[in-house]
Amino acid sequence: MDLVFVIIVEMLYAVASLVLISAGLAIVFGMMKIINLAHGEFMMMGGYATITAVKLGVNIFIAMLIITPLVVGLIGLVVERLVIRHLYGRLVATMLATWGLSLFFIGLATMIFGNTTTGISTPISGFTVGNYQVNGYNFFIILVAILLLGLMYAVLKGTRLGLIARGAMQRPDMAAALGYSPERIYMATFFCGAALSGLAGAILAPLVGLVPTSGGAYIAKAFITVIAGGPSLITGLMVSSGLFGFISQIFTFAVSPVIGEVALLLAAVVLLRLLPQGVTGKFFRGRM
Amino acid sequence: MASFWAKEVPATLLVAALLIWVMPMLIGTYTLTVLVIYGMLGFSLGLIWGFGGILCFGQAAFFGLGAYTYAIAAINIGDSTLPMLLAVLVPAGFAALLGAMMFYGRLTDVYLGVITLVVTLILFKFINSTAGPGYVIGKARLGGFNGIPGFQTLNVPGRPDVYIFGDPFYYFCAVLLLIVYLLVSWLLKSSFGRVAIGIRENETRVALMGYDVRARKTVLFSIGAAIAGLAGALFANWGEIVTPNLFSLGQSAEIIIWCIVGGLGTRVGPIVGAAGLAYLKFLLGQQSMIDNTLLTGIILVLFVLFLPKGLVPAVVSLWRISFGQRRSIRKHGARRIRSGSMGNG
Repeated sequence: MDLVFVIIVEMLYAVASLVLISAGLAIVFGMMKIINLAHGEFMMMGGYATITAVKLGVNIFIAMLIITPLVVGLIGLVVERLVIRHLYGRLVATMLATWGLSLFFIGLATMIFGNTTTGISTPISGFTVGNYQVNGYNFFIILVAILLLGLMYAVLKGTRLGLIARGAMQRPDMAAALGYSPERIYMATFFCGAALSGLAGAILAPLVGLVPTSGGAYIAKAFITVIAGGPSLITGLMVSSGLFGFISQIFTFAVSPVIGEVALLLAAVVLLRLLPQGVTGKFFRGRM
Repeated sequence: MASFWAKEVPATLLVAALLIWVMPMLIGTYTLTVLVIYGMLGFSLGLIWGFGGILCFGQAAFFGLGAYTYAIAAINIGDSTLPMLLAVLVPAGFAALLGAMMFYGRLTDVYLGVITLVVTLILFKFINSTAGPGYVIGKARLGGFNGIPGFQTLNVPGRPDVYIFGDPFYYFCAVLLLIVYLLVSWLLKSSFGRVAIGIRENETRVALMGYDVRARKTVLFSIGAAIAGLAGALFANWGEIVTPNLFSLGQSAEIIIWCIVGGLGTRVGPIVGAAGLAYLKFLLGQQSMIDNTLLTGIILVLFVLFLPKGLVPAVVSLWRISFGQRRSIRKHGARRIRSGSMGNG
């Protein structure tokens, strides 16, 4: 019984962390059809921003949930203005440019923070269930992921801003004809995407030792989750995170964490071979 | 085809012989060897991306696979001839399987990128986790993140105690690169190469003309992997150790950057880009003021923004503007005057 509880928590945690990791990338890809390969580095910078803020004496939750998204979002804004906006509509060029940016940020972080592991301790202590120790911070991550999905849904579905954003996503020319500048919408979208990446990096920072190359560990997972999700933003994110989180945890428990990761990647390859347009390209069409 | 044998082959041979002779006077052969190997690796992606339109994010997978195949086979066999062959065949076979899976599934651009990237990651993670004594192929322990050291390096065929290293190894690599270059040039001139370029330009049109696009892409992909595998085997011989870093994403990124900087759709471009950037990295590695990765990133961003065609095409068009064009303008101008006088008169 205790084991079942622990496994369920671990599974939810795996799904939730996939949602967090992929949300920023999903928004940028879903809205702007841009693959941001610097996504992992935005997360890495989010981690460093949080750690720096905490070391300066800021409350950890304020640092994670408010300061970091703003800082990383602003970095994203600068990047969008300087580089990305010149490349809209050129998928491969944006991929390469953002890959260059990712290397740039890794180098920058190495120069500023040094090539050493830094970290902070988790703010929520663990507790025991029967014979097992459960990390209390996992619940926080699950909570944040649920809130994040809810917020994204509410903003996209319920507000005028979300309506404009969805319109610009489907027909940028029509949105422009109605007087909404696609350029400004894209700018705002990239800011949001970067801020979410920063948030994800901040929230996962206490769990991992942070090095300048940490971003590389996330980018592949985020990338395949988003691509496998397909065109519908929120449904796709939920379905593919759920699927991949489930598969990787099963193999992690059955064999080892490394095999869990490999199983996740293999599942992605098989899934893309069967459904090249992603899960929501075939099922749940027309949802958000 | 006639002008290929009469003009291009002799010209290439002449330039290559000159380069192979002159370069060791400028750069030490030890560094030069690895530049040649990287040139071959860049060339392999330049072939499938620049001429086949297949953007492979995991060219490093074939490079690493070639290196590991060589190391494992060399430990088990003890003579380097057969391992060298295997190091070409194994990546080619692997790429044929992977390519068939992708191209017959009609996966394109982004999805192709994801799958090749993911496959590279799987190999990287798997090899990294093989540190235990249970992971053995024949006599060779895979060694996890420590890699495989101490395998038989290149020797004269049939004589395992006569090693090829130092200067002769440099000439060996350079001549191999030249042979590969000539073979690929010939391939691109053949009908297979022309159809491949056609596929890059317009896949649907070529398919409607009755060519089997999927099979041709798979074959081209596999040829690219074979060249990358050969480069990997040479690299294993040069470094005398293979590590999982050969499979890393950073390595894949670098290959793509070489092609972009050198110039896609040219044969010389990726080789020049690879050797040039690798040498730049070597020079930068000797100073510690600015981080190496930072500069690589800046170079990539700047090239994508300002010189997306790459160095070699830019230099060629500059050359045409300053020298070639003038002649053609004069010719053209003369003809116009003549025709003009006829038309107006």
